[in-house]
Amino acid sequence: MSKVYFDDVVNAVENLVHACSSLTPSCESALACALKAETNANARFALETVVSNNELAKRENLPVCQDTGMAVFFVEYGQEVNFVGGDFEDAINEGVRRGYKKYGYRASVLNPINRKNTGDNTPAIVHTRIVKGADVKISFMAKGFGSENMSKLYMLTPSKGIDGVKNAVLDAVKQAGSNPCPPIVVGVGIGGTAEKAMQIAKEELLRDVGEQNKDRVLADLEKELLESINALEIGAQGFGGNNTALAVHIGKYPTHISALPVAVNIQCHAVRCASCRLEGKA
Amino acid sequence: MKTLSLPISKDDLKALKAGDFVLLNGRLLTGRDAAHKRMTEGLKDDKLPFDINGQTIFYVGPCFKDGKITACGPTTAMRMDAYSPALYDAGIVATIGKGDRAKEVYDSIVKNGGVYFVAIGGAGATYGKAVKSFETVAYDDLGTEAVYAFDVKDFPVIVAIDGDGNSIFQK
Repeated sequence: MSKVYFDDVVNAVENLVHACSSLTPSCESALACALKAETNANARFALETVVSNNELAKRENLPVCQDTGMAVFFVEYGQEVNFVGGDFEDAINEGVRRGYKKYGYRASVLNPINRKNTGDNTPAIVHTRIVKGADVKISFMAKGFGSENMSKLYMLTPSKGIDGVKNAVLDAVKQAGSNPCPPIVVGVGIGGTAEKAMQIAKEELLRDVGEQNKDRVLADLEKELLESINALEIGAQGFGGNNTALAVHIGKYPTHISALPVAVNIQCHAVRCASCRLEGKA
Repeated sequence: MKTLSLPISKDDLKALKAGDFVLLNGRLLTGRDAAHKRMTEGLKDDKLPFDINGQTIFYVGPCFKDGKITACGPTTAMRMDAYSPALYDAGIVATIGKGDRAKEVYDSIVKNGGVYFVAIGGAGATYGKAVKSFETVAYDDLGTEAVYAFDVKDFPVIVAIDGDGNSIFQK
């Protein structure tokens, strides 16, 4: 049986969270593309600022945004891997603790009842899936809450059909308006149960911005929704113009005969993600 | 591009129009959700630990490293809407955040002759560069959510809501 060690996960996570100091390459390209096409003067200023801000953050190793998020992880854990040296989620949290401290990222996590800050941005949110194989893939997303607060869940009835799905996504984006730091990436989960739909919507935000959906029906739906969303003219920072969203990413899962769940999870223009694979050792 | 000194004078306030690009210089106070809750409680009890009269409040929870601010972009202003009218009434003249405000805040800005500026959300590193020094003013236990005084130089903002209630947001 292959082994993955506690310290290897801690070190890997400490490195992954450094993603807070640069935008992903696909996000950079999407913003550059948006700026090229933008004609609204205020929106152009907003896009120029976020593009130059990313260059500054990379050059001087600074956080892109002061909201370095809640640390969200999606883990694909190979079932042939024996984890050695402690509790797996403890290792993730220790990596978050060390990384956020090392890079001076914000401690934004607190007790929801008494609002007392935990002081080290833990605990992280960890979604683990057991998969085939002898390695562990860890994907990290720094999720800011200006956008997370705009999440919506629509438990539609089946009669609403695909038009209902489109209306739900547009409604979520309209209600979010200028708040989630547009241009946004819109993660959508269709089907499953309430929590499954939300999880899909979140996981879709890990895709490279604008990456073609492998499912042709969903790819067409993404394209149509992106056009409808950009026609809303909320624009960069809510200043108007035709860059309300950089991309729409949709995932689906079978659902119950009684239901049509639609979850929307919004990502701000500062996409900060990274992933790594830990090979099991003999 | 206009340049303004903080605290903003009454004449300067009156001259600001929605859409104006402004560079701010001088002393800003910071405060976000937790500080706003305490400030409004403090107002009721007449126990505010600092003078807010004529002040500008920047909605931010900064990142710090080695005693310096590394990133400090604006947070979503909407979350402060519940507190802002009372604070404009009590003497603040300007707020800085991101995103549109509730009708109650528009009304309060018009009534008090105030202003709401926006900074560009997600550009934290850029705004960090405009902060020359800072000190803790109140609520130290709140960490990033404490009230800090920032000494800023050429801090770029846009007038989002002016004293006549005009706005740059797409309606």
